Amino acid sequence: MLALLLVLPVAADLLGHPYYVSLASRLTLIAMAAVGLNLALGYGGMISFGHAAYFGLGGYIAGIGAYHAFDATAFMGLLPGSDNLLVLWPLAMLACGLLALLIGAVSLRTTGVYFIMITLAFAQMVYYFANSWPTYGGQDGLPIYLRNQLPGLDTQDPLTFFLVCFTGLVLAMALTSRLMGSRFGAALTMARLNETRLATAGISPYPIRLLAFVVSAMITGLAGALYADLNGFVSPSMLSWHMSGELMVIVILGGVGRLYGPLAGAVLFIGMETLLGGLTEYWQLFLGLVLLGVVLFARHGVMGWLDGGESPGREPHE
Amino acid sequence: MSDAVLTLEGLHKRFGALTATDDVSLTLRRGEIHALIGPNGAGKSTLIAQIAGNLRPDAGRVLLDGEEVTALSVAARARRGLGRSFQVSSLAEPLTVIRNVMIGVQAVSGHSFRFWTPVHRDRRLLEPAMAALARMGLEHRAWTPVAALSHGERRALEVACALALEPRALLLDEPMAGLGPEGSARLTELLESLKQEVPILLIEHDMQAVFRLAERLSVLVAGRVIAHGDVDTIRRDPRVRDAYLGE
Ligand SMILES: Nc1ncnc2c1ncn2[C@@H]1O[C@H](COP(=O)(O)OP(=O)(O)O)[C@@H](O)[C@H]1O
Ligand SMILES: [Mg+2]
Repeated sequence: MLALLLVLPVAADLLGHPYYVSLASRLTLIAMAAVGLNLALGYGGMISFGHAAYFGLGGYIAGIGAYHAFDATAFMGLLPGSDNLLVLWPLAMLACGLLALLIGAVSLRTTGVYFIMITLAFAQMVYYFANSWPTYGGQDGLPIYLRNQLPGLDTQDPLTFFLVCFTGLVLAMALTSRLMGSRFGAALTMARLNETRLATAGISPYPIRLLAFVVSAMITGLAGALYADLNGFVSPSMLSWHMSGELMVIVILGGVGRLYGPLAGAVLFIGMETLLGGLTEYWQLFLGLVLLGVVLFARHGVMGWLDGGESPGREPHE
Repeated sequence: MSDAVLTLEGLHKRFGALTATDDVSLTLRRGEIHALIGPNGAGKSTLIAQIAGNLRPDAGRVLLDGEEVTALSVAARARRGLGRSFQVSSLAEPLTVIRNVMIGVQAVSGHSFRFWTPVHRDRRLLEPAMAALARMGLEHRAWTPVAALSHGERRALEVACALALEPRALLLDEPMAGLGPEGSARLTELLESLKQEVPILLIEHDMQAVFRLAERLSVLVAGRVIAHGDVDTIRRDPRVRDAYLGE
């Protein structure tokens, strides 16, 4: 599936269809954001309805960096702007990590529907904050006139930028796979399946969950930073609860706690949006039906259906 | 006094108007099985929960090897060597047997903030986990999902999970419940072989097993210890006969 995602845009670029290259970049970044969410929601069982906060914060950091670099002004009069992605990416991840540490530390004191609601509430706070901060466009958003730069690469070139996004997705998936195979992953899996067993085995669930939540937000935040650069624009819509909901839908469609689930979900989601969205503005109705079908008949999503519906948390094949 | 591994001092616990634990003090000594018997609803599981840290007592102290652990979390007590099994099995059903045991080894052999080495080939986790399974006669089931185990195997697995902690004391809440005579006999033998290594506070209704295994007994009725002593003393105690043995 990853190979296909790599080959198609390269072909599209050679055939002179830059639209399809940027569509593939979009799909890749949405998938990457969902890979982040999947770590919390799928592997950790933490149903975050507020991951747009990290997606959007990552986006705003790319946007604000570019804004100040363009103007040669400083952020809050202190930090100079930067259009160097090697500066902006770590910054975006750091900021998202800190925000998630704060939000997670509070939210993880609750469970179930309270957790869902409190993560949503925090994300809404961030959303309204961005909406009402006129320096950075308020509700109109913030344009990025020149895509941020990577030394030695031409990020303005659609295919180059796609390859950067693709690398990000692959790294995020590799990190997820490695983490989930480690001791930390074993503890996170047990925190999801049976919290009492984990504590009885001598491991406190809270710090394990909190760290997974932070890493999850950092991945989604990096995807958000790339997404803002792709669109040349960042606005509060990246922070809205619709965005959180879309990411959740993608993870559930693809299969929660499946390595390839977010990618499969993103392909399905963006595929339906592109194909049906051109025919009818009610395409989300069909999305709803597919989602209903997945939840009712294929509990483990597209990936579960493809590989026979075993439950996640099974042994890795040795 | 010095050979007390686990000491309870004046534990009290109320649920609303109900006194579930009423001034309970007892000790568990090295090399012994101390049985806690009493009718259903006497407060045995509630007492175990206070020792293990799932419930906070309203008053009283819990000491492990002379150190107070009353304020510690479940996980912290487990790391200090308090292993337990539940009256109703609490295992991760979709995972394999060995995974359920390895998680305990993981806690005592360092910490869980290791992010890179795959656990499925980590011998420092696999070998102690296998050894704990072997103690309970479950090594041939290591790679089976828990969901496929029989009831008896689950009871044994709970004990194996506790053993993975290299515990200083074991708390077993009705490990023989629902096992049938054959299963009970087998588990009785296994526990007998364990007690030199790790003392056990055993809650059990199977009196045959209790009288065979235990050095000392405490009888709990309505949250209170009404009698306490060795097997013969308890057998002869008229209050115990009235309240519990029903003879
Ligand atoms: N969390 C709780 N809240 C209220 N009452 C409880 C709770 N846990 C146990 N009880 C009550 O405490 C008493 C003792 O229960 P328990 O410790 O399970 O008894 P045993 O294990 O000896 O059968 C029972 O009457 C039970 O209903
Ligand atoms: Mg009980």
